[in-house]
Amino acid sequence: MELSRRDAVAALAAIGAGTGAAVHAVDSDDDTAAPPVETLVAAAEVVYPSELSGVEPFVEALAERRAAGDDAHARGVRETVRELDRHAESWYDAPFVELSAADRDALLREVGADTADEDPDGTTAERVRYYVVNELLLALYASPTGGELVGIENPQGHPGGVDSYRQGPGR
Amino acid sequence: MSGRTPVEGADVCVVGAGPAGGIVADRLAADHEVVVLEAGPRFDPAERTDRQERAIRPAYDRPDVWEMGGPRDAHSASGERFYPLNHARVKGIGGSTLHWQGMVMRLHEDDFNSGSARGVGPDWPVDYADLRPYYAEAERELGVSGADDNPYAPPREEPHPMPAFPPSYSDSLFAEACEELEIDMHSVPNARNSEPYDGRPECVGYGTCQPVCPSGAKYDATTHIESAAARGAMVIDRAPVQRLEHDADRVTAAVYATPDGERHRQEADAVVVACGGVETPRLLLLSESTDYPDGLANSSGLVGRLFMDHLFAGAGGVLEEPTRQNHVGFYTSGCDQFYDDADAEVAPFKLEFFNYAGPSPVETALSADEWGDDLLEGLRDSYGNHVAMGALVEQLPREDSYVGLDPDRTDDHGNPVPDVHWSVGDRALRTIERANEIQTAVLEELGAEIEWVAGPDDTGPAYHHMGTTRMSDDPGAGVVDADCRTHDLENCWVASSSVFPTGGAMNPTLTIAALALRVADHVDGALR
Ligand SMILES: Cc1cc2nc3c(=O)[nH]c(=O)nc-3n(C[C@H](O)[C@H](O)[C@H](O)COP(=O)(O)OP(=O)(O)OC[C@H]3O[C@@H](n4cnc5c(N)ncnc54)[C@H](O)[C@@H]3O)c2cc1C
Ligand code: SF4
Repeated sequence: MELSRRDAVAALAAIGAGTGAAVHAVDSDDDTAAPPVETLVAAAEVVYPSELSGVEPFVEALAERRAAGDDAHARGVRETVRELDRHAESWYDAPFVELSAADRDALLREVGADTADEDPDGTTAERVRYYVVNELLLALYASPTGGELVGIENPQGHPGGVDSYRQGPGR
Repeated sequence: MSGRTPVEGADVCVVGAGPAGGIVADRLAADHEVVVLEAGPRFDPAERTDRQERAIRPAYDRPDVWEMGGPRDAHSASGERFYPLNHARVKGIGGSTLHWQGMVMRLHEDDFNSGSARGVGPDWPVDYADLRPYYAEAERELGVSGADDNPYAPPREEPHPMPAFPPSYSDSLFAEACEELEIDMHSVPNARNSEPYDGRPECVGYGTCQPVCPSGAKYDATTHIESAAARGAMVIDRAPVQRLEHDADRVTAAVYATPDGERHRQEADAVVVACGGVETPRLLLLSESTDYPDGLANSSGLVGRLFMDHLFAGAGGVLEEPTRQNHVGFYTSGCDQFYDDADAEVAPFKLEFFNYAGPSPVETALSADEWGDDLLEGLRDSYGNHVAMGALVEQLPREDSYVGLDPDRTDDHGNPVPDVHWSVGDRALRTIERANEIQTAVLEELGAEIEWVAGPDDTGPAYHHMGTTRMSDDPGAGVVDADCRTHDLENCWVASSSVFPTGGAMNPTLTIAALALRVADHVDGALR
């Protein structure tokens, strides 16, 4: 199933934009305020189901809004991505984006993000779960296409109108 | 001027900016100098999508969505059943309606005459006919979507302001089973817009109504506070009232704290206490004096006593076919058929057919231990075929159910915290079993495999705080009179479900709104 531009817009409407405007603010202790698009795309390739296409523009739009600003959320995403990269370098000798899909999957599990409860102020595992894994899963499964994969085209968080709840499975 | 200093020459001081306080303030603001003092903040409407994200993400508890908890909101629960007070209220402009579900039913005629009609509990000093015009007005004020198809509802004179939300797909599945069992289904009144109303948009199906509606389609009391302010009322947020100063017959001033650590005195000719069913009695108890050693307006000894809530009864399971749940966050069909069978043994109860049974996939995904294809497979397995029913059950007022002050714990201003000592009697517990019988019969008729039943042992409160400043004509048997004015103080009114002598089994807020409109009329009359 193909993720669309509309999905990205819908997902962003659902989860807010942090308070991050899509301007690359310069903040003093974070001179790379550019959103870590490639790393998030690389993570999405692991945490999203394989039958999805169009992941890259979707994650790009997400990152522009949620990881590019000077607000706490965007900074949290960038810091956590850098941390993930440090682990990738020390355990696999390459940044996250350069790892094979299997190694990316393994690394995310090795940091503990699979079983951790998300927590923006928690341990590395809890923060990777919050700012990377769940950031991506939230955007997907609150969007119409992500919902549709599961059988709910108007998922919670998506303003999909008041017709779908009345329609039967045949639609 | 800080914007938080008292207003000179105020006619009315309203304490609390939920629907009760908001409606009173809005009604009186055009003709009188009105001040509203609200303990919590004014939330930025632009942050609602961020709050919605908190509602979905597992890192946040329900109270986090509207920033409840911490020293300001400390509380105790010394009763036999724990009472999760900070799940059950919001402090801020809009009050608990920021979080509420928005179901708005009128009480039934017998609810006003429980003693004479059902043989238990007191009668109210007002009856349905007294409130009937106020109910119609309250429906216009809140913006209610409803229909005329409920044969068990009390008589009404005019249609609801907006058409009802049509039944859901799962309602149509329930309808077949209910027809077989001769159980009638009908629409339910919702305080959410089925079409644009009062400057607010129609519902767009976000599905997170409780605890936050990002679109504003669900009514919340910010509407009334904004309108009151536009008519000239002064609204002061983050201004918790610490104490009501008084002499023997009148409240003279509300003493409030501000974020800079200062205290101020707001004088007014009339005072309306609208702090909800827990903080209203608490404020009266905190205002004790030599004139009123047991708490202000407490000559009857009933301030804080006779605390009631509605009890939840429910059952749910899975079908072997899709049920299309969790598209919207509200329900569209109910059953009031058994409501007026109530007597001394069995309480009134109403049944609800859920549109949000079982897991919401996005929430499941965020706490799953797998991702990728495995996660998707898990989500497909867990979502799609759940059904569930709920019910609300009346509990009677009881001596051993009350809101008191905990002398051993204080809040951020050094005041003893509220202790919700909640207990529930046998009539309510029996009625929960009765509701469960019907619910499981319907689910079995549907062919569902029943997965859970919330019965007498797993019941919980519906977050409707009632009874703690009871209304009675007899000053020895109630805190306020039939006009909701305190028996003890001539210029002090209470607008809250705390005045309910009995609770019925209908969600209380439409009745709160109707009584608030009536309080506004009485205050207006007294000031002229
Ligand atoms: C999760 C949930 C779901 C609900 N669903 C429904 C529903 O479907 N239908 C229904 O009818 N009802 C529902 N309710 C209940 C409904 O929200 C309340 O009945 C209603 O909000 C009560 O209105 P109120 O104005 O009396 O009190 P509140 O809305 O609680 O407002 C009281 C205000 O007073 C302020 N205050 C308290 N003490 C002080 C003080 N000392 N000084 C200054 N200000 C003070 C508080 O901060 C608060 O803002 C629900 C409640 C919850 C929590
Ligand atoms: S479904 Fe609920 S949250 Fe969404 S717009 Fe309608 S009322 Fe608001």
